[in-house]
Amino acid sequence: MEKDIKLIVDGKRLDGRDLFDLRKPFVLKLGVLKNADGSAYIEWGKNKIVVGVFGPNPVFPRHLEDPNNMIIRCQYSMTTFCSLEEHGRNGPSRRSIEISKVIREALEQIVLRKHYPKTMLEVYITVLQAEGGTRTASLTAAVAALVDAGIPLKTLAGAVSMGKIDGKIVADLGKEEDNYGQSDIPMAFTKEGDLLLLQMDGKLTKQEFFNALDKGYEIVNKKIIKAIRDAVEEKYSEEINKKLEL
Amino acid sequence: MENDIIKHIKRNYLLDLLNRNQRIDGREFLARRPIEIKSDVISTAEGSALVQLGDTQVLAGTKFEVVEPFPSDPTTGVFITNVEFLPLASNQFEPGPPDENSIEFARVVDRGLRSAELVDLNSFYIEEGKVLGLFLDLYVLDYGGNLFDAGYLAGMAALKSTRMPKIEEASIIRGEYTGKLNINENVVSFTFVKIGNHILLDPNLYEEKLMDSRITIALTKEHIVAMQKGGNGTFKKTDVQKLVEFGFDNYDSLSNLLG
Repeated sequence: MEKDIKLIVDGKRLDGRDLFDLRKPFVLKLGVLKNADGSAYIEWGKNKIVVGVFGPNPVFPRHLEDPNNMIIRCQYSMTTFCSLEEHGRNGPSRRSIEISKVIREALEQIVLRKHYPKTMLEVYITVLQAEGGTRTASLTAAVAALVDAGIPLKTLAGAVSMGKIDGKIVADLGKEEDNYGQSDIPMAFTKEGDLLLLQMDGKLTKQEFFNALDKGYEIVNKKIIKAIRDAVEEKYSEEINKKLEL
Repeated sequence: MENDIIKHIKRNYLLDLLNRNQRIDGREFLARRPIEIKSDVISTAEGSALVQLGDTQVLAGTKFEVVEPFPSDPTTGVFITNVEFLPLASNQFEPGPPDENSIEFARVVDRGLRSAELVDLNSFYIEEGKVLGLFLDLYVLDYGGNLFDAGYLAGMAALKSTRMPKIEEASIIRGEYTGKLNINENVVSFTFVKIGNHILLDPNLYEEKLMDSRITIALTKEHIVAMQKGGNGTFKKTDVQKLVEFGFDNYDSLSNLLG
């Protein structure tokens, strides 16, 4: 995409961040919904996303049952007013179906699905307010909601969107950076560095990509996964207040 | 079958309590659960509010669009209310097209807000063939019973926080506003359920699942603007009269929460 605005000035980004800083605020809360078996709310920059998890439950319809594994259903959706642009349409778009799929596939890699054969886990994600990077914020909140639901996991995982703006690799693209930048690389890792989700568009050299991958893992491990751990500790160290605060 | 038996046992338990003048959560029969209203929670919307009524959580947001007027009313704006039961709000809600309950809910809220003539739709005229459309969307985030009252509060609070968009050359300049949407008065609703011979205000989920019948009365200060009876049971005519009186008597206590 052609850009006519400078996205990095004197080493600082439009919102004053350094190249590898995450947007603020970054708030993750567990147990915000009463009915769901597990839930999480994430505020990441101007993104506001709520995730509810149900299960493990018997599979419905039955013919989708897997005799050896738990199956996971995942639905990513947006409210009609989550973007500053026009009033959105209800119902899944091609974009939201793809995002649901890549998030589901990431979650399938960390849930100990063999322990719950013939069951299903439902993961519902709703973007209340969007500012770019919703899929990585959604996946991070979904992992937190799984922990909240008490679903056994192999390991913790988190996601971040790396990108290239003004020829430099940066972390956590904001909306303008996503629109006018040269590349967007959402990625998710386990704590151990196994890649769970990777998408990319734009143009990158091999070296830029390797750099983004290394930095992305470092940020996920040191910041994102740590935020999930902190949220879990916070929930269990305080009295539980199952309410959503926006 | 198993569900029927459990339902029967639960209902007997509830009736037993009610016969001793007790509600399952300790409330008086005509007491509401705590209400929290938070406006302007979504900055991308023109107006928004999150309402928590007990364990029920409803998020409402508004958006303006430039739309074609209805041919029958070429100078009048459009106001559309919609409801989504998010599947994360309850394991009873399946993803997919709206079911009869969500359509009923949306239509009852829509009727009340429309009948009260809250919004001056004539002020939404832009030019020939173009008017403003105001979309109010309600999202049920957590289903803890009595969506109607929570929905009215969320819808009202979102409308009252709605900013008018800046319009240039008959299109909306996103992110720029010219003051607030003018809202004439507050519509609030009172929903009651009947279980056996007992009438309860603001049912929680447990009560709502075991009710015989339900009635919602939406009011402005002076007028009834929408009513809806639901469920398999009946209400006595005199009971309905009392409930309407109760609504008008308690209008201020609810309306004041909206400011």
